Amino acid sequence: MSLRKIGLAATLLAATMFTGAAHADGTVKVGVLQSLSGTMAISEVPLENAELLAIDQINASGGVLGKQIKAVEEDGASNPETFAQKATKLIEEDKVVTVFGGWTSASRKAMLPVFQKFNNLLWYPVQFEGNECSPNIMYSGAQPNQQALPALTWAEQKGYKKYFLIGSDYVYPRTANLILKKHIAHDGLTLSGEDYVPLGGTDFSAVIAKIQQSKPDIIINTLNGDSNVAFFKQMAAAGMTPDKLPVMSFSIAEPEAKAMGPSILQGSYAAWNYFESLPGAENAKFVAAYQAKYGAGAPVDDPMVHGYVNVYEWKAAVEKAKSFNPTKVRDAAVSLGFMPSPMGMVRFAKNQSMVQTGYIGELQPDGQFKIIWQSKGEIEPQPYDPLAFPGKTCKLH
Amino acid sequence: MGETAFLIGQVFNGFSVASLFVLAALGLALSFGLMRVINMAHGEMLMLGGYLAYLTILVVPGPLGILAAMPVAFIGAALVGAVLESTIIHRLSSRPLDTLLATWGVSLILQQAARDMFGPIGVAVNAPNWLNHTMSITSGPLAGLTLPDTRLFILLVTALVLAGLGLILSRTRLGLYVRAVNQDRSTAAAMGVNARRIDLLVFSLGTGVAGMAGVILALLGPVTPSVGQSYIVPAFLVVILGGLGSLVGTTIASIMVGMISAAAEIFVDVSVAQVMILVFVILFLQFRPQGVVAVRSRALEG
Repeated sequence: MSLRKIGLAATLLAATMFTGAAHADGTVKVGVLQSLSGTMAISEVPLENAELLAIDQINASGGVLGKQIKAVEEDGASNPETFAQKATKLIEEDKVVTVFGGWTSASRKAMLPVFQKFNNLLWYPVQFEGNECSPNIMYSGAQPNQQALPALTWAEQKGYKKYFLIGSDYVYPRTANLILKKHIAHDGLTLSGEDYVPLGGTDFSAVIAKIQQSKPDIIINTLNGDSNVAFFKQMAAAGMTPDKLPVMSFSIAEPEAKAMGPSILQGSYAAWNYFESLPGAENAKFVAAYQAKYGAGAPVDDPMVHGYVNVYEWKAAVEKAKSFNPTKVRDAAVSLGFMPSPMGMVRFAKNQSMVQTGYIGELQPDGQFKIIWQSKGEIEPQPYDPLAFPGKTCKLH
Repeated sequence: MGETAFLIGQVFNGFSVASLFVLAALGLALSFGLMRVINMAHGEMLMLGGYLAYLTILVVPGPLGILAAMPVAFIGAALVGAVLESTIIHRLSSRPLDTLLATWGVSLILQQAARDMFGPIGVAVNAPNWLNHTMSITSGPLAGLTLPDTRLFILLVTALVLAGLGLILSRTRLGLYVRAVNQDRSTAAAMGVNARRIDLLVFSLGTGVAGMAGVILALLGPVTPSVGQSYIVPAFLVVILGGLGSLVGTTIASIMVGMISAAAEIFVDVSVAQVMILVFVILFLQFRPQGVVAVRSRALEG
């Protein structure tokens, strides 16, 4: 190697070290890691849009601690391994101070060791099955006791006694149903049947025969994606429309309802922590800002709002901690107290999950949900259900 | 609902599932049978049929929309098939691996085109009201048995399509040429059969049938850019199980798979039943590699 080449290498090395310290120059880098391609892109692109909207709004009003936020976008490509690689890249090469992202539980589980290794912080925006507790993740999406169990409480109040559980065959429906079954048995109700269909499955003939035979009062539906369309069409073909046999779904929000055609879903129920139809100035402001940027009539839903709120929670935590250090930020985040958001008052609990209200909506012909029930106040998140996972607790602070 | 009614209901469901498999697989059996083309874009022809149904129903709303959609989808998909055959498949005819890769590429392009034109989540195609009834038996030993009109309609359409294709292949001059080319391409060509034109016609017929099947599948399933992917695997499965290229074999194989899944689903959930079907197909092909109906053809031996 000639001297010149060594000199060049040294210059390059110095240059990388300087870019490494990039947030000294008036900007701070954060990672935004969602699937921009592959099967999950449908849901994750709008979620990323909502996260970027929050970053733009914060930059327009002066940034965080006097710095402009620079979002480094990466594509998780609907593939858990890619999520882990890109998370490593964001932290090691781009030196981001925190990351907003993830959707499927598989993507979160793949990223978890990366965030623990580098002691960075991930803001995860989607409802999930709980049963996990990491200091390096802020879980804003609903825990089972903030979506699934409020739905069961509502159904019990309506007087439904016999429950049929149908879900896609992966971790979220299996775990959510495990918890539901414990509570159904505990509350003296009847489980009339339970069935799982592979992700993307389109044949429900046998499931429907079992439903007809066991005559449940209500169906609790944790199917994901396209399978929902096939399920509701075949139920309608068999004469069981949601007005005759109620269906409560955990994965159908406004965009899905709009695409499937509200006519086949009309009258079915959904449980979320946010509906587009929620009253309140915060929500009106959010919907208007989102639609101004991404098109009039662009639907918004629960995970998108959680992604949006996460960015604001991070900003508030950074300002309280007066630091971008992930450890200081997460300490500050759990001691912020309630702040207003499009979904009502929210705060992070000591277990780094979000305290939030549960709502039940009934789908209307225009594709919006009418809110027919809400929990008594905000619900404290429970990562470990005491009936399904006795003795396990999540102590982080 | 009594046990008997439940069992009879499952037999009906088995036929219903079989009819969906037949519809999804027929076009594949045709193109594979005659031309040995593994058309990876076959699923996208089903998808195309679904979107053409959506567009037709926008133009012809009301009870007859779905009936109007079937010929539209047939012609639309057949035209796309003709373009595909004459621009790509014909040029790669002696290179099966290249055809496989090229048609896979076409499949990705068509999926992305649908995504760009109609959005990623899909569109709504719902059964017309005259199909939204069920035949229910309210008394006797079969009390509680319900047969949805939509499924009966699909069984009827499947039977008509099968009968129509059977007649074309056994009774018409085109059918004679098709069988001749299928048995021995070079001899048929030497006798004056325009094998090139037969290829084009059969491939278009196959994609046309797939397009029409797409309309029917939209009655019970979603219409999304990637919907073809969920039918392509079962379609290949029944074509291979049936004996490559045999329409009768494909039909029998579909009924076998439909019945086994309906029987298995009485005892286990849907995802376990799918595993059992795959195990059955693997075992069956161990003992009978040529499939249900063995097709004799020089093309297969060559």
